[in-house]
Amino acid sequence: MTLAATELEFRTVIGLEVHAQVLTQSKMFCSCSAEYASAPPNTHVCQVCMGLPGALPVINRSAIESVIRTGLALGCTIPPYCKLDRKNYFYPDLPKGYQVSQYDLPLCVDGQLTFTSEGVEKTAGITRVHIEEDTGRLLHRDEGGASVSLVDLNRSGVPLMEIVGEPDLTSPVEARDYLIALRQILRYIGASTGNMEEGAFRCDANISTRTADGSIVGEKVEIKNMNSFRAVERALIYEEERQRKLLAAGESIPQETRGWVDARGVTVSQRTKESAHDYRYFPEPDLPPLTIEASFVDSVQAALPELPAARKARFIESFGLGASDAELLTLERETADYFEVAVGSTTDRARQISNWLLNDVFGLQRERGLPFDAFPIEAQQLNQIVELVEAGDLTGSGAKSLLAGIEPGENARAVAERLNLLAVGDSDVIRAAALETLTANPAAVADYKGGKKAAIGRLMGDTIRATGGRGRPDTVRAILEELLSE
Amino acid sequence: MSVGSELTGLTIAQARDLLDAKEFSAVELTQAHLERIERLEPALKCHIEITPDVALAQATAADRAIGDGDQSPLTGIPTSLKDVLCTVDSHTTAGSQILKGYRSAYDATVVSKLRSAGAVFVGKGNTDEFAMGSSTENSSFFPTHNPWDIDRVPGGSSGGPAAAVAAAEAMFGLGSDTGGSIRQPAGFCGVVGLKPTYGRVSRFGLIAFASSLDQIGPFTRTVEDAAIVLEAIAGHDSKDSTSSPRDVPSFRGSLRTDLKGVRIGVAEEYSVSGMEAGVETAVANAIEQLALLGAEIVPVSLPHTRYALSTYYITAPAEASANLARFDGVRFGHSVDAPTIKEMYERTRGEGFGSEVKRRIMLGTYALSSGYYDAYYVKAQKVRTLIKQDFDRAFEQVDVIVAPTSPTTAFRIGDRIDDPYQMYLADVFTIPANMAGIPGISVPGGFSNDMPVGLQFLGQSFDEATLLAVAHAYEQSQPWVTMTPALQ
Ligand SMILES: [Zn+2]
Repeated sequence: MTLAATELEFRTVIGLEVHAQVLTQSKMFCSCSAEYASAPPNTHVCQVCMGLPGALPVINRSAIESVIRTGLALGCTIPPYCKLDRKNYFYPDLPKGYQVSQYDLPLCVDGQLTFTSEGVEKTAGITRVHIEEDTGRLLHRDEGGASVSLVDLNRSGVPLMEIVGEPDLTSPVEARDYLIALRQILRYIGASTGNMEEGAFRCDANISTRTADGSIVGEKVEIKNMNSFRAVERALIYEEERQRKLLAAGESIPQETRGWVDARGVTVSQRTKESAHDYRYFPEPDLPPLTIEASFVDSVQAALPELPAARKARFIESFGLGASDAELLTLERETADYFEVAVGSTTDRARQISNWLLNDVFGLQRERGLPFDAFPIEAQQLNQIVELVEAGDLTGSGAKSLLAGIEPGENARAVAERLNLLAVGDSDVIRAAALETLTANPAAVADYKGGKKAAIGRLMGDTIRATGGRGRPDTVRAILEELLSE
Repeated sequence: MSVGSELTGLTIAQARDLLDAKEFSAVELTQAHLERIERLEPALKCHIEITPDVALAQATAADRAIGDGDQSPLTGIPTSLKDVLCTVDSHTTAGSQILKGYRSAYDATVVSKLRSAGAVFVGKGNTDEFAMGSSTENSSFFPTHNPWDIDRVPGGSSGGPAAAVAAAEAMFGLGSDTGGSIRQPAGFCGVVGLKPTYGRVSRFGLIAFASSLDQIGPFTRTVEDAAIVLEAIAGHDSKDSTSSPRDVPSFRGSLRTDLKGVRIGVAEEYSVSGMEAGVETAVANAIEQLALLGAEIVPVSLPHTRYALSTYYITAPAEASANLARFDGVRFGHSVDAPTIKEMYERTRGEGFGSEVKRRIMLGTYALSSGYYDAYYVKAQKVRTLIKQDFDRAFEQVDVIVAPTSPTTAFRIGDRIDDPYQMYLADVFTIPANMAGIPGISVPGGFSNDMPVGLQFLGQSFDEATLLAVAHAYEQSQPWVTMTPALQ
């Protein structure tokens, strides 16, 4: 029996497994630097991470702490006892022939992630978060016509955490939004850079399709090789469609692993269930089991920073910000921190500070090519500038000039004075500029007098320009109205 | 008797006094041992590599230290290191073709400790490949011969250093004991062999066989010397997470000559069918002697002993199957070029590993495989707990347990090499201590058919002091320590 795809109501079930590099100074089991990104091959290595005979691992406490912090940020339970296991397989980038990972007793279990997708708040379960070591990398090269594979072990032994999500996601968009929210939390708590391009945040997806009435159920397919949020979404859209077509055609979907080929926009079969690895997990005898004290967990919990969702809600609540502005301000912890320092105790100034930060400070940041966490002016200076604007001592254009000209450590008012940016409230100067403007714009004057009061906007603009941008708008308006009523 | 043999016949304690008194120099002591090595090695083959240059340089430095009054108990003392211990100034092969020509980039922690103590490294002692064996016949280079009868095996896997100490090629040796690999060859060669408590000595730089069982320990001619060496190598190592932070007491200071108030356990489970009659007699005599020295002999029960051998042959190969995965031809050691990576692995490992190593990798891989893991590995760990509990209960009643080291004395070379199960039986009395993590020592306990019999004492975890004290009292009451093989 073949049915048209449109006759069946399908449901998509997606669960994500994320591998995130744990942000630490040294590797997971040795003192080699974990900051290998730009280092020449095999320069961040020692007997331990090269798997030389006789070498033994010593666990990096700060990696464990970061994973526990992640678990707590995701609402997980931290069992009092966990262990590390060996996962056995041969590959040239795996120097010991086994990867130290966690099998049945992970560091964190049973959490959840709340995120917003297309304006709706969703919650997805987190099965577990466990720690493991990263592998090295293979470089395939052509040398004199012969293809060779080279091994770089700089990444070998860098701590990774695997965050396994429940199959609670129902669409590719949700999957993308889940990942964005997860990455944001990891960055907030300093557990990972979440940098996808550098491979510090990698995602595999399990996706299956069924009909709404449960009459047809496809097997779970694992998708690998997705290197960006966009790739995850595209791969899942492709796979969702592929699976629906197969089921609609009355065919079955075999359990398998498929790889996403970004350039072609397709998934291709890599491995079927029959050829799945037997990893022969067993407890790592070189590392004693870990006992996690409740007091330690409590101290990590107490030190957790406010997470993005809570912070956004507080920004809306305490500062009266709009949801989208609050969202933008809390995307990165550094931005939110900057904003809060800028606001300080002047809560009533928060909305203005938000506007100036989101428009002009960010604009200047982009213009100067600064990274997201480097700001062109100091937070206190932003507050001072907004204060000057609110007091009428600085016009909008004066404030923009001040933003661009102020140097670190300087006082905004002092710089404005020095650069001659302070607003002019002198009615003689403004009156002269206003008269000049009225003479030059008979049409606008006629409009105004004819009842089009909005025409005063153009006249104000010209008058302020005539004062070199320094005319106080309220004075300009008053004088123009006075002259026009004459 | 030449001056040379006078020097090589000394114990560490005796040599220490004479070196410090400048009766002879460390260089002279080392030269005497090197000469003896040169003379005896063709027949005995205790060493995979002999390192006279390293030894003489260390001996020269030792003489300087002694001159400066800056010596420690092992300064200038020649030693043989089992070739599973990583050393930067000689090759480290683990007795395997797969590591032929391999040079370690670093020293094992015990090697560093001996180096800074001023010990002199005369060579790398022969071993069964990756310490897997009970006769040293599984060395992929050559078998070692027993100094008491060169047609017989020295035991194993640490047969090289055991025979070297018995033949006075070195004043002490370091071995590793996973299921008896120190105590059994010590027994076969008529020397003292100590397996410390698991965690007492750092394993960093020991090429792993079975990580949860391996422990490094000394071969010496006397118990006092074993105490001296243990003091030098024991202690916490930040590079080995399984090494214990416990303080290392003065083992030498707790030695005694009587056994009044000491309770010594005898377990019926340490008698099996097929035991050599002379071994049974020697052990019975030893028990009588212990009673004469004042010990109270207490029967104890270790009911799970009979499962120890089979559990060991699941646990140890399982761990080994993972530990030996790194020998893949990618980064070091033997490597065979092949068109695909899979073929490269297969050919490298096919050529590089000997048959016993392959057998154990297969056993271990099987025991860990999906569908078999619970029935084998998990069950073995449960039995391991029961074995440990047996000892815990026994040590509520007694201070140490006495037992034979091995059911027989040294067998003939070639006799058991084709029968793995018979070979495995040689370790039936030594394996339980590894499974429980407790310390054990083999001391000379007489002779059977002109071959040495090993007498084993087992102690409580981290109580090597009592173990050594009891072994010392027994040793001092017997003539065995003065008897040496009649080598030409
Ligand atoms: Zn390293």
